[in-house]
Amino acid sequence: MSLDLGLPALERAAPRLMRAEPLLTMRDISKSFGNVRALRQVDATVYPGEVMGIVGESGSGKSTLLRMMNLEDTPDGGDYTLRLPGRENENLFDLARYERRMLCARHIGIVYQNPHLGLLMRHSSSGNVAERLLIAGERSFDVLRDKAREALDASEFPLDRMDARPIELSGGMQQRVQLAKAIALEPALLLLDEPTTGLDVSVQALVLDTLKRLQRDRQITMVLVSHDLGVIRTMADRVMVMRHGEVVEQGLADQVFQDPQHPYTQQLVHAKL
Amino acid sequence: MTTTPLLRVQGLTKTFRMYHLDSMLHAFEGVSFDLHEGEFLLLRGHNGAGKSTLLRTIWRSYLPVGGHVFYRSNHGEIDLANAADVDIALLRREEIGFVTQFLNARPRVAAQDIVSEPLRLAGVPQAEALDQARHWLDQFGVRPELWRAYPSTFSGGEQQKVNLARALIQPQKLLLLDEPTASLDAGARAALLRRLAELKAHGVAIIGVFHHPGDVAQLIDREIDLSTRVVADETGEEEHVAL
Repeated sequence: MSLDLGLPALERAAPRLMRAEPLLTMRDISKSFGNVRALRQVDATVYPGEVMGIVGESGSGKSTLLRMMNLEDTPDGGDYTLRLPGRENENLFDLARYERRMLCARHIGIVYQNPHLGLLMRHSSSGNVAERLLIAGERSFDVLRDKAREALDASEFPLDRMDARPIELSGGMQQRVQLAKAIALEPALLLLDEPTTGLDVSVQALVLDTLKRLQRDRQITMVLVSHDLGVIRTMADRVMVMRHGEVVEQGLADQVFQDPQHPYTQQLVHAKL
Repeated sequence: MTTTPLLRVQGLTKTFRMYHLDSMLHAFEGVSFDLHEGEFLLLRGHNGAGKSTLLRTIWRSYLPVGGHVFYRSNHGEIDLANAADVDIALLRREEIGFVTQFLNARPRVAAQDIVSEPLRLAGVPQAEALDQARHWLDQFGVRPELWRAYPSTFSGGEQQKVNLARALIQPQKLLLLDEPTASLDAGARAALLRRLAELKAHGVAIIGVFHHPGDVAQLIDREIDLSTRVVADETGEEEHVAL
């Protein structure tokens, strides 16, 4: 029997059972840096409460895409909507800089691989979390302190150290401060850019467990970028595989890992230890 | 049976394309059968006949290349072979269960938390979910001192008990079993049999692959042999399945 299966369709088109609308929709996102095409007509859809994993090698465009989701950068073309009350049909890339900043502070949390990008290293940990609340307009000192404490606690940060500066903390603790800052305002969307890369495995397991617990208890929608397939497999419901700025495959996490359809994904999965 | 089947598998075909070998691997082709509520279907066949592959294709860890798997869900009928990923995820949370031989234990998560998680995700309060988790761990013979320990360090048999407790804690409409009795002791096998009989009596449809089908002989309604493609019902009458 000869069967030309060709390459898989990225989305299966069938009537939907799922009634919920996507929280995040990106359409036709392209971005070039000089001659380098970092993103080529990328589409992404993320449903409420799910964890979307993005995998791909260095330079595949996964972190650039995450930065677009965090409105840190504007693409050359494409639309981005989040189903937030009153903003359902708004292309967020059309927002002015101040509006973007407020929307991000209020509705989007991010944890970077490098804590220097997310934290003021010489301010107290609780102060770092409170800063996020200040931007969103909270002014009462007691409320700031209580909310910062609550977010640090939910991130499983030891509260007797909440006044320590991130520069004095271990890598795993710094990630917990970033996480506390990211979830302090109960964001609709939590973006995670290699959150456990560089941590030793036992600390990595604890941070992943914290993330899983937050997702289960608060149903936070997450987008997780990692080059570590084990991390993605543990965490993600669905996976997008990126290469050279394109999404070459997407599917349920177990399907992408057990029955990869694209030659590049097969290579990636076979290379996993 | 005169009722509408829960599952109608029609012409289901699975082929793996292996790019690094530049070749195709044909797992099975044109498999068709119906399954009703409360029915127990045994898949038979030699190693490599495609029994586990068929289960994984229905579960959608594997993408079928042809055919249909019409499933009557609580949300309406859907073809699992072509359904959107988010719909498959929804059905896996609510209606369809899959038990493999392996526990996917996350590091540093206690046995009782692994087992109670499906209930927690379905909105059951923590205390109640933990109570039920402990009940099922106990039923499958996991000792109380292990309930708060991390299963990644358990023996194969103990891990499988945790795996079963997690998979069977929440009643589903359709249950796929891939050698669930492998590495179980007699006590746990008996507990599994009791639970499966109970689920079947409640209308759960079951498709299973068993290394020793004798373990579940009293539950089997029908068999399909994937080596010869012969279907036998409980009366022992055989018919050949259309290819």
